[in-house]
Amino acid sequence: MEINESLFSEHHVLHELKHYLPAQAPLKDFIHHNTLHAFQSEKFFNALQRATGIFGFKTLLSVDEYRELFHQSKISSDIIAKVATEKKGAREAGKWIEKMLHARYRHQVTPRIGRLRSLWKKNYHIDIDNDIQPLLFRVLCNYLDQGIAMWQFPEIKGSFLESLLVLEQNSYSSLFRTREIKEMFLDRKWEIKPLLDQLVGDESLYEQYLFDQQFAHQGWSGLVAIIESNPQTLLDTRKITLRELIVFELLFELDTLNYHFGPVWAPLQKFAGSLRKPLFEPVEGTEANEVLALWQEAFEWTFYDTVLAAIVHKEFNNPAPQSKSFQAMFCIDDRECSLRRYMEKLDGSCETFGTPGFFGVEFFYKPEHGKFTTKLCPAPVTPKYLIKEIDSTHKHEEDLHLTKHSHSLLSGWLISQTLGFWSALRLFFNIFKPAMSPATATSFRHMDQFAKLTIECTDINEKEDGLQIGFTIEEMVNRAEGLLKSIGLVNDFAPLVYVIGHGSSSVNNPHYSAYDCGACSGRPGSVNARVICQMMNDPRVKEGLKHRGVFIPETTRFVAGLHDTTRDEFMFYDEELLNGEWEQKHKSNKELFEKVLDENAKERSRRFEVINTSRSAHKIHNRIKIRSVSLFEPRPELNHATNALCIIGRRDLTRHVFLDRRSFLNSYNYAIDPEGRFLLPILRAAAPVCGGINLEYFFSRVDNQKLGAGTKLPHNVMGLIGVANGIDGDLRPGLPSQMIEVHDPLRLLTIVEHYPDVILKVLKSSPETYEWFINEWIHLVAVHPDNGTLSYFKEGAFVPYQTISEVEVAEDATSLIENTEDNITVHLIKN
Amino acid sequence: MDSIIHFFVFIPLAGFLISLFIPERREFIISAVAFTTAGLNFTVLVLLTFVWIVNGHPSLKLEELVLYKADGYLFTLNFYFDKISCVYLFVGSLLTLMVTVYSRYYLHREVGYKRFFNTILFFYIGYSITVLSGNFETLFVGWEILGISSFLLIAFYRNRYLPVKNGIKVFSIYRIGDVGMLLAMWLSHYLWHENIKFIQLNNYELVHEHIQSHSLVGVFISLMLLVAAAAKSAQLPFSSWLPRAMEGPTPSSAIFYGSLSVHIGVFLLLRTFNFWEHQYSVRVIIGLLGFSTSVVTMLIARVQSSVKSQIAYASASQIGLIFIEVALGFENLALVHFAGNAFLRTYQLLVSPSLVSYLIREQFYEFTPHKHDKVPQWLTKIYHSVYLLSMKEFNLDRFLSKYLWSTLKTIGQRVNYLDYKLVIGIYGTVLLGGFYTLYHKQYIPGFLQNYMSLIIAVLGLVLVLKSFVERRRPQMAWLLIIMNHCFILLAVSYNDHFDAEHAMVYLSGVFVSGAVGYFTLRKLKKSETRFDLDKFYGYAAKYKTMAFVFLVACLGLAGFPITPTYIGEDLIFSHIHQNQLLFAASISVSLIVDGISLIRIYSRLFLGPYVHQTLETPYRSS
Repeated sequence: MEINESLFSEHHVLHELKHYLPAQAPLKDFIHHNTLHAFQSEKFFNALQRATGIFGFKTLLSVDEYRELFHQSKISSDIIAKVATEKKGAREAGKWIEKMLHARYRHQVTPRIGRLRSLWKKNYHIDIDNDIQPLLFRVLCNYLDQGIAMWQFPEIKGSFLESLLVLEQNSYSSLFRTREIKEMFLDRKWEIKPLLDQLVGDESLYEQYLFDQQFAHQGWSGLVAIIESNPQTLLDTRKITLRELIVFELLFELDTLNYHFGPVWAPLQKFAGSLRKPLFEPVEGTEANEVLALWQEAFEWTFYDTVLAAIVHKEFNNPAPQSKSFQAMFCIDDRECSLRRYMEKLDGSCETFGTPGFFGVEFFYKPEHGKFTTKLCPAPVTPKYLIKEIDSTHKHEEDLHLTKHSHSLLSGWLISQTLGFWSALRLFFNIFKPAMSPATATSFRHMDQFAKLTIECTDINEKEDGLQIGFTIEEMVNRAEGLLKSIGLVNDFAPLVYVIGHGSSSVNNPHYSAYDCGACSGRPGSVNARVICQMMNDPRVKEGLKHRGVFIPETTRFVAGLHDTTRDEFMFYDEELLNGEWEQKHKSNKELFEKVLDENAKERSRRFEVINTSRSAHKIHNRIKIRSVSLFEPRPELNHATNALCIIGRRDLTRHVFLDRRSFLNSYNYAIDPEGRFLLPILRAAAPVCGGINLEYFFSRVDNQKLGAGTKLPHNVMGLIGVANGIDGDLRPGLPSQMIEVHDPLRLLTIVEHYPDVILKVLKSSPETYEWFINEWIHLVAVHPDNGTLSYFKEGAFVPYQTISEVEVAEDATSLIENTEDNITVHLIKN
Repeated sequence: MDSIIHFFVFIPLAGFLISLFIPERREFIISAVAFTTAGLNFTVLVLLTFVWIVNGHPSLKLEELVLYKADGYLFTLNFYFDKISCVYLFVGSLLTLMVTVYSRYYLHREVGYKRFFNTILFFYIGYSITVLSGNFETLFVGWEILGISSFLLIAFYRNRYLPVKNGIKVFSIYRIGDVGMLLAMWLSHYLWHENIKFIQLNNYELVHEHIQSHSLVGVFISLMLLVAAAAKSAQLPFSSWLPRAMEGPTPSSAIFYGSLSVHIGVFLLLRTFNFWEHQYSVRVIIGLLGFSTSVVTMLIARVQSSVKSQIAYASASQIGLIFIEVALGFENLALVHFAGNAFLRTYQLLVSPSLVSYLIREQFYEFTPHKHDKVPQWLTKIYHSVYLLSMKEFNLDRFLSKYLWSTLKTIGQRVNYLDYKLVIGIYGTVLLGGFYTLYHKQYIPGFLQNYMSLIIAVLGLVLVLKSFVERRRPQMAWLLIIMNHCFILLAVSYNDHFDAEHAMVYLSGVFVSGAVGYFTLRKLKKSETRFDLDKFYGYAAKYKTMAFVFLVACLGLAGFPITPTYIGEDLIFSHIHQNQLLFAASISVSLIVDGISLIRIYSRLFLGPYVHQTLETPYRSS
């Protein structure tokens, strides 16, 4: 750290860079997050305007796109009038509506990023990026590679630069093209400032220069920053820092300049002229910004208003069934929304719940023969427990086509003449009759169905990897209580209670972990479901729960399961423990579930152009299954696309509302939690998890090129950690276009059923959660439990909200889904 | 039975033409046309092969189609079918069938769905013509189609910078191969005194007799063929283009750069094997080239940490082995190896995205930490050097750009000081004067008479180099190329008697496409203020039709086989004498740089990120 007053503080700039660079972890740990998290401390629209002005991101739809939506009646004119009046006052509203509909705006934005560094090309006619990036990316990728290359990086000694140093010292070849720079590198002249002195020469420009440089390949820089702060995200760990990357790149730049111009070239400051303004100085708003914000609000409220109208319109006393055939707990995931609806429809006396899919048990999981542990709980939590799989009979399947032998000379010679012909056959069958193969990533492989788990802790002093193996009875009771009370299930237990996690199956999908359960850090939720079920089946735990006001009768059994959201299949665990009456009931339930899954597949199929949704549910379901194992199917499922809602409350709020699979549903009963003690953890999880998913889809949709990953068709897997286009491209964080093309960019509307003052109190007790709402990255509406009135959270307080939409009524969901591929407005369903 | 060969050319042609007229929205009809085409071809081929083998698999030839005839000159299209064609066609149609069915779903809703299938069918025509060709002229037709369709497939994502850049790069390397082909064709005229048919190469006595009397010419032809084959099959020193071609959608990378396109060089060697069979020095060179490529690319493949580049280099190293097999005369082995390698790499590329979950799972269960064995210092040093060198791809990419493109650019820039008015003035005068003195040779000083053609050709070459480095005025770059064609014509007229009819054949295509292109440029200039060649403008986003028309004009001006200019070029070469290597070289370099310069003009104006769109544009590094 420098003591004298310098215009350039390395520490500060590195900190800022890490803050603004994309924060996507390597592919296997893909977890949704707000793409513009760096701007989250500002108000939503303000932040977007700044992100556009500084980095050139498109952060909302264009005016033309909104107008198109308006002409398709996807934005209502009543809502436009309402929004304009609210935001601009009754007198000005007309003028603004006129602007929204007819004014012409030029969509020209010249972002600040990249301007300074483009002076190289302008003044020296040299394309530095072209010159250095291909090799720079290759060195980085080879160093971080998790197992693609046949020869690993030869020296992994300490950090990135140290490893390169050893390599460079002991080699006849060099990374550098000029002797001078090679010697600088060998002499460990690895300080950023002196290098910048040579290249740029004016301290006031250094921050801007480094931002330009790193944002010229934000994908790689972002990944390096993530690995620096969380080295465990690579199984085969590497030490690397953003600082090292910058030093290396600066040396490369010097090398290139010296190579082309010899020692005679002037530093960049000579040409900087008018660019000496700080990168982050305020971005001036324009009228176009205001118009876009109005359009966005109108777009959002057109949808929200119908949802809210449907929720209050409903018969208020729509009680849950009295005697329950069974109960089932699912993840809050929007993909379970329709499944629950069909379950309740086909068995009128069942009851379903939604809760984050790790079911309140947080731990690391180690499958038998696994060399590592996997975290199975929301990403910010660091568990202290380990669950191990034992007695597994599972074999790890191999596929010779996917091994590296075919890439070497002689075995390649043999393989290409033998296995080569076999691959033609394989390809043929894969195209004409797709089936599961070792190449498929399927959540059913996450845990062996018949293996055992070490759930109970036998000795609290025995640790593995610093973790306690299993939970003590006391710890189990705490977790069971937390789960059951948060969803409001404390009495009236049915004989069978299902706890069903979810995961997915897909092939040719590097983003596979984005399809699994977000609450389990991008893994399937099967182990968690099994763990919590075994806990709650334990008589000692039931006994302990009794003292805390949760009465689980002897006659109740918990059954764990996994829902594959791509294939629409269930798998159940520990079924052999069910006997007698339970076995019978479970058997008939399974028959019911088959039908439920067929119907769910049918509803999903309406988004797939190639499937005719009016065919029988069973036939469609078969096609959906084939889809999940087809190499050529870039959309095995649509994941969270179209998500827009998060409803926290009793099922009574939504049981008869057709939400079109657009809502996260978290069960919660205000009545047993007057203080909001269980509401706090729900909101604390919902904001980053659901809000993160929602905003990642939002930004990947509005700017698929800069904030998303573009189309996935040309993607090339780099080092098993990321994808790039072609071989020389930068990593592409964000979501590919195939995942977001049907998504409507709407912020999440969170609806909570509780007294507004309780909600407010709970929110304010957690500043980092409060930030999401006060800065308007998530909308919040409270439903008053006593009278069903709505109030909207605005600038720190709840204000009353009146809906203006008429809600349509439909006979049943089938009639709705068979007719359109588009989003369906919220309906009340009679049957 | 011979006439069945028709099918294999006309089915793809019909499929391609039909696919051009299907509206863009009708995704499924477009793809159905594509896979029906490949499927039909495949079925007919299987049936034919069966009958053909039962009949003792004789070589089939199709009576030639005479396109142009003048005294002492005959330009024919000629087809030929034997075991080699059969295997290539089998693999080609099977893979195309499977990949078109695959892409039918894979590309669903992708922008450019139609363009993709159009280009695939276009490529498939080129492939079929090449492997069925009966003489060099026909083969070159297919060869050219392969080159241009490869460019279009690599630059499929035309709104991004890297695909366009790499498309141009690959196209340029293909053009180097074309120089080899042109020169080989040129000397063949002299070796055989006719347009030789491949079937005649089977005649040992004939080949032997000709080679015997012109052994040096024979070696030269073989080496030129080798250059062409090496460029197309990614052998040294051209190997680095192969991974860079992996910019399009995965299925297109899989069949073209994983399998079909990249094995065409092998095909050329197999097809001409009878010609160089007895030139042992050539066989040794081919073998050595294959060997060094397979070793170098195998090393590079070992350090690749991205899936597609790993497969690309592994494939190139297998092709190196196939070169050795061909050189040794193991034709059957080479064919089996080709088919196996093609299938394997296609499959590997198609499943490459699955590798993430598969290998991470493997790592999760099988991981063993790095072990540091004690090895002697010198061994470590060698290993490090090899590793570093392989990581830098043996500097192949930098080598090509340094010695090839920079050289051309440097020469071009040397003459860049010439002002345009000056150029037009001087060159116009030279041209007019040239044509005048052509008929009044008495005005030319005696010592110059013998060098006139070479001088004019070199002057023409300067024009095209200037066009190649032109940064400001697209129309000027365009005019320079037209002018270059005139210079070539003039040069040849000085060289030999080149009658007016020949000149018409040559210039007709040049003038028509030249005019079309010029007016397209003028139209574009009127509607756009930003109009130069300094960067990529991506105008195809706005002017789709104009982009297409201009592309066709470029092809016409480049002597692509859609205008008589293609025949004219062959005519030109038939008027260059056997001992005029320098002259032939400068003409062929002229024509090659022409093509590159035209593709550059097209790309700079119409491809790349659209200049007026400032939001939602791809990063340059993506």
